[in-house]
Amino acid sequence: MNQVYTEIRQYPPGDFAIWIFIYAELLVFGIFFLSYAFARSQNVELFNESQLTLSRISGAINTLILITSSYFVVRAVTAIQENKSLLCARWLLAAVVLASTFIGIKIYEFIDKYSEGISLSTNTFYMFYLSMTFFHFLHVIMGMVILIAVMLKAKQGGYSGEEYTGVETAGSYWHMVDLVWIILFPLVYVMR
Amino acid sequence: MQYQSQSVAKPYFIAAIGLFIGQIIFGAILGLQYVMGDFLFPEIPFNVARMVHTNLLIVWLLFGFMGAAYYMVPEETETELYSPRLAMILFWVFLVAGALTIIGYLSVPYATLASLTGNDLLPTMGREFLEQPTITKIGIVIVALGMLFNITMTALKGRKTAIIMVLLLGLWGLAIFFLFSFYNPENLVLDKIFWWWVVHLWVEGVWELILGSILAFILIKLTGVDREIIEKWLYVIIAMSLISGIIGTGHHYFWIGTPEYWQWWGSIFSAIEPIPFFMMVIFAFNMVNKRKREHPNKAAMLWAMGTPVMAFLGAGVWGFMHTLAPVNYYTHGTQITAAHGHMAFYGAYVMVVLAIISYAMPLMRGRAAANSKSSQVVEMWSFWLMTVSMVFITLFLTGAGILQVWLQRINDNPMGFMEVQDKISIFYWMREVAGLIFLAGLILYVISFFVGGKEEAK
Repeated sequence: MNQVYTEIRQYPPGDFAIWIFIYAELLVFGIFFLSYAFARSQNVELFNESQLTLSRISGAINTLILITSSYFVVRAVTAIQENKSLLCARWLLAAVVLASTFIGIKIYEFIDKYSEGISLSTNTFYMFYLSMTFFHFLHVIMGMVILIAVMLKAKQGGYSGEEYTGVETAGSYWHMVDLVWIILFPLVYVMR
Repeated sequence: MQYQSQSVAKPYFIAAIGLFIGQIIFGAILGLQYVMGDFLFPEIPFNVARMVHTNLLIVWLLFGFMGAAYYMVPEETETELYSPRLAMILFWVFLVAGALTIIGYLSVPYATLASLTGNDLLPTMGREFLEQPTITKIGIVIVALGMLFNITMTALKGRKTAIIMVLLLGLWGLAIFFLFSFYNPENLVLDKIFWWWVVHLWVEGVWELILGSILAFILIKLTGVDREIIEKWLYVIIAMSLISGIIGTGHHYFWIGTPEYWQWWGSIFSAIEPIPFFMMVIFAFNMVNKRKREHPNKAAMLWAMGTPVMAFLGAGVWGFMHTLAPVNYYTHGTQITAAHGHMAFYGAYVMVVLAIISYAMPLMRGRAAANSKSSQVVEMWSFWLMTVSMVFITLFLTGAGILQVWLQRINDNPMGFMEVQDKISIFYWMREVAGLIFLAGLILYVISFFVGGKEEAK
């Protein structure tokens, strides 16, 4: 009985406030994706043509990076549940390193497009590509800040096997960042 | 009232209510001028009445915010105000500067006022809502900085709560964004872009922080719910306000000569601007359901509950109505905008200032925790009169706006502006009647301060 009660209490994982935030963020991206679909349906040819100029390889690598980092965050949560603070901090560090790699690759892509003279005003496809990936980019940075803060606190023994809401909160946010990219990548880079 | 220095808020609130009355009287004059164009002409032409109506609104809300800050900061930080004397000096500076400006508007032609006040030295005048002479603008900056110095120093020496941090962030933002009113580039596109940095980033940005913190403060006091819970809500709400509101500025950049991507950015981000207001509704009602005490000040509770509801309707729903670029293409600058403006300002900012006045005034006037029953009944009547008539003002203006869009812009044989104005005059008449009822509600509100002073609230 006690076990059941605990499980109910733990849903959703992390702080409830972060879930309001996550749903709001998903809504914003959702509106972006719908707008993209609508704009694409108005000019399929232009979208297909411009899409070919994107580097799918970079996009695919970044997808793998984010999924792996999400896995690391899961390991961090498992570690703290077993009361292993240092191990938790190490998994979080690994996730942050991967996130920085994502940022590096994305910056390279942005510079590449910028040097070709592509901007928000080039055409509607690039407007969406640049807006959505940059908006997501900012979320990756935000997520990194959260992960680093939690990592530092974990390192100092701020969490325990009983009290690890903060780690779950950060993990929930990070999975959202990952999830958005998992939709964004096929939608903008691949789907034709 | 726990701290002596909180009482400096009292003159600010009294001045706010006084200027509010002025604003509504000019609103009534203005409403009549829509249907009787030469009413009070040439003494008070339409453009002057409109300028006084909008400027008084801004100034009295600023008085209200400052009063709220002076009242809240000592109580939240648990220490006396850094300098009550500075607060009083700034009060008189602001009141005199405001009064002189309004007298200037009413007594000389605007161009004369511009040359009298040396506008050519640093031209900042002539733009909607920022019509104040440059010297008045400088005065506003001095008053704002003085107040910020005063309350920041207080906060530094006292307890730092989330409510005070959000309030300070909002007030600092208010002062900083006002500085863009001094930037007046020749290029009209640039001019408009930065003009919105004052206008939009005030009402759909930093003012929402002020609104959120005042509401959170009142809810803590009235419901007794744990500070921790209320502050968490506050954080989420202001984060959503800023996420949606900052880039949401783009919904003003659709047709002013900016790049096309603003139509997408502005539409998408401003489409989520209703969310923080919706969250405020959920927040307020949740806190009341979880209340740990029955506060005797029912009137303040009514204002505090009414604020998020009316703000959500006025700012959220009526704003969303015309925020998407393809819709705004037709509705831009019509009575739809006026409908939205009226209910949004009333719901979000007028009501929250009246809520804090309703909560704080009885305490500053030495009453136990609330006004007497009879006084509260009158005040609650004024709440319903003002709120319901504002709903009708909004509905009539929306009707006028829809017809205007149809006759003037969508119709196969579009009519001219003035011809359409004649066709929709019935809506303006009904709006004027609703406006007069609003004025009656406001008079009742003032009367409530003088009712039942001798009875003691239970």
